Amino acid sequence: MIERTPGIRPRPSLGRRLDIAARCSFPGASTALLLLLAAGPLGLPGQAQLQSALALGCVFFWSLFRPASLPPALVFLLGILSDLLGYAPIGIGVLTLLITHGLAMLWRRVLTRQGFMSVWLAFVAVAAGAAALQWALTALLTFRQLPPGPALFQAALAAGLYPLLAVLLARAHATVAEPARA
Amino acid sequence: MIRLSIPMRQALAKLTLPVLIAAAFVLMLLGKADTFIAERARMALADALAPIYGLLAEPVARLRDLADSTGQVFSLASENTRLREENEQLRRWQAIALALDAENTALKADLRWIPDPTPSFVTARVVADAGGVYARAVLLSAGPDHGITKGQIALDDRGLVGRVTEVGARSVRVLLLTDMNSRIPVILEGSRGRAILIGTNGARPRLAYWTEGVQPVEGERVVTSAEANAFPAGLPVGVVHFNNQKVPEVETAARLDRLEIVRLFDYGMRDLLAPETSVPRPGERRR
Repeated sequence: MIERTPGIRPRPSLGRRLDIAARCSFPGASTALLLLLAAGPLGLPGQAQLQSALALGCVFFWSLFRPASLPPALVFLLGILSDLLGYAPIGIGVLTLLITHGLAMLWRRVLTRQGFMSVWLAFVAVAAGAAALQWALTALLTFRQLPPGPALFQAALAAGLYPLLAVLLARAHATVAEPARA
Repeated sequence: MIRLSIPMRQALAKLTLPVLIAAAFVLMLLGKADTFIAERARMALADALAPIYGLLAEPVARLRDLADSTGQVFSLASENTRLREENEQLRRWQAIALALDAENTALKADLRWIPDPTPSFVTARVVADAGGVYARAVLLSAGPDHGITKGQIALDDRGLVGRVTEVGARSVRVLLLTDMNSRIPVILEGSRGRAILIGTNGARPRLAYWTEGVQPVEGERVVTSAEANAFPAGLPVGVVHFNNQKVPEVETAARLDRLEIVRLFDYGMRDLLAPETSVPRPGERRR
């Protein structure tokens, strides 16, 4: 992708190409790794919610600021991973993440020009919608009335975690994940 | 690679997301129609992750123990007096228990009592929480050829934990008795009344459908009942506690919030199906 833009660059040696590939795959790989870690034995309360909050935050951030490295197919795979790790009925996480990705793509022309606050507000709305959607779909697919508490906690945790996540991801975006710095 | 014109490529790129969203719906339906595939995929992933999580679990547990012990340093003296008192009390109980045990053996010998078979068990380490947002379960790491089967009963050192619902090659998933799908036949030990213990996803499962004429009493011990041949009789479950809305709940004996090692007992209840499939289908009932 970077090879197509005009400009003067060093020769595309194998090492350089590998470097670029690694930087381009950083968003997907780091999200998958975070999901695996969040499903691990950390002994934290509300770890299941933490996992879905991380998935949502990462997908939203990278879809806004680096959609080229997070194609819909990758979002789909991340969704399957999140469903398998989260023991939810399969497909729910996939749908939520794909819709998040779609919304971020739709809003990115406006949102990326705004400050952090409006991005965060948009994410709060997305997180609330995602938690409500997951709650409703899980209830539908398991034929059970579910308590709304976990869903509210999930939305609040995702919204609260996003600023911290965004700081870390923005730093990564400018340094290790930037193909132009290869 | 096929070379496509730019407008064609753009149109395809626009189509990807709707197609994938449709695929997500298909996946949901597939997962619902055939729970076996989802379960297989899940346990395959759990099998791959269980050894890694097992390695991770130990330092994390050690860190937590360290944090706990530093907190305890400040309450050592009061803790010591409390333990001394408790020890005195337990010594008295031990004397009573020994006397009762001797009496019980003598009476059973007189009655030609057929003893219950001693169940075989395996011990496994809890490596991760496997509940997700709307379930309560734990993942155990088991070596290859573990011989664990669905429906085996999990206990920790104090009481009932739950039942094995999914078995992989190296990992086992245990549904806790606090899970929303858990229904356990129990006996209220004081009145010998029967009841059903219903999980609510909260810390304390709820008691329901107790026998007419008996009423659960605060602090009463609750043990499993052999009814429906799902559990052996007399496994300790917990004690009755009435919540703020006067609903009887059970304070579990097992420490479900910090499970580390779990024993899985094989009581030979082979006819039992996993909780998810135990409801007979409407077509089967007519036969």
